[in-house]
Amino acid sequence: MPYTTDQYEGMLSETITMPGNKGDTIHAYMAKPLGSGPFPGVVLISHAPGWDEFFKETARRFAHHGYIAVAPDIWCRTGHGTVDDVVAKARAAGGLPDDQVVGDAAGAAKYVKSLPTSNGKVGVMGTCSGGRHTFLAATRTKGVFDAAINCWGGNVVQPADRLTPAQPVSPVDYTKDLSCPLLGLFGNEDANPPPAQVNQLEAALKQHNKNYEFHRYDGAGHGFFYYDRPMFRQEAAADGWKKVWDFFGKYLAK
Amino acid sequence: MCSNIVEIGSIAGCGRGPDGWFDLKQAIVSFDHPVHADAEHAINIDFVNHDKGIGARVAVELTAESARELIKVLEAALARGEAEHLTMGSTAQVAR
Repeated sequence: MPYTTDQYEGMLSETITMPGNKGDTIHAYMAKPLGSGPFPGVVLISHAPGWDEFFKETARRFAHHGYIAVAPDIWCRTGHGTVDDVVAKARAAGGLPDDQVVGDAAGAAKYVKSLPTSNGKVGVMGTCSGGRHTFLAATRTKGVFDAAINCWGGNVVQPADRLTPAQPVSPVDYTKDLSCPLLGLFGNEDANPPPAQVNQLEAALKQHNKNYEFHRYDGAGHGFFYYDRPMFRQEAAADGWKKVWDFFGKYLAK
Repeated sequence: MCSNIVEIGSIAGCGRGPDGWFDLKQAIVSFDHPVHADAEHAINIDFVNHDKGIGARVAVELTAESARELIKVLEAALARGEAEHLTMGSTAQVAR
C-alpha cells in the first residue's frame, strides 16, 4: 500500500550479526519498518562490487516499502577494510564459494523469520553476481524462500571454461530444483548474461515447468538500476522496480 | 566477481598505497566490473601484498585500449633498457 502524507513512517537500519553458512557469525545490514508488522522479508545478495552503499540503500528502500530487508556481508570471512579492498582480496583468492553464499542467504532468511515482526515469508533478490547467487539460493534450498528475483545475473549459464573450485557447477544445471517463483530482469544489450544465455535459462525453466516471469529491456545492458553508473537506464529501472514490487507483493504478502 | 576472468601473477617491486610504500607480491588482473571507472567492464589491476593487510593494494581500472597501450609502453621500455644493457634489480634484490 502506498504511504499517505498523514501516515507515521519510521524504520530501523543497522549493522547486525547473524549466523551464516555453517553457523558462522557474519555481519549483515538490516533495515526494517518500525511497528509490529507482520512484515514480509527479503534477503538481498550484493553484487560484484561488494557489500556497498547501493545495497544498503536498497535495504532501506525495501523497508520503506514495508519489508524487513537483510543484506548479509557475504565477504565477511575475507577480512575487513574498504569495500573495494575486501572484494579485491576475495577476487585474488578465487572468489567466494557458491556453497558458502547459499548458506549465508539461508541463514539470513532464517534470521528474518525469527523476528517477531516477520510474516513468515521471505524472498531473495540479487543483482549481477548476486543475481547468480539468488538463483543458486532458490535452487539449492527448499522451504526457505517464497520468491526470488534474479537481476541480470551473469554466469547462471556458466560455460565449462569458467567453472572454478569455488563455482564448480553451472547454476542452470540446478533448474529442476527451483523451489519458488522466479522473476528475471535482463537488459538485451548485456554481455553477461547475453540474450542467448537468458534464452537458455528460460528454456530450462520451461522444460521443468517452473513458475517464472522474465522481462527483457531494449536499450539496456547490465546493471540498469545503478543510478551512479553509466549503465543506468531510467525507463528500464523504473519499470523493473515496479515489477519487483508487484512480484514480491504477490508472493510474500499474506 | 561477475565475469570470473582473473589472472594472477607473482611479482616483485614496490607500490605506494595510502600508508606509503610497501613491497608487492602479486598482480591480480581481472576483466570485470570496475569500482570507480565509468565503464561496464574494465581491466582491473590490483598490485597487492596481503601479508601486509587487506589495504596493502595499489589499484588501477583501465579501458581495454588503455590496457593495450600500457602493455605496449611496458614492452617498449623493457626492450630499450635491455638493448642498452641497463640492469634492473632481480626479484630477490627488489623484494625485501
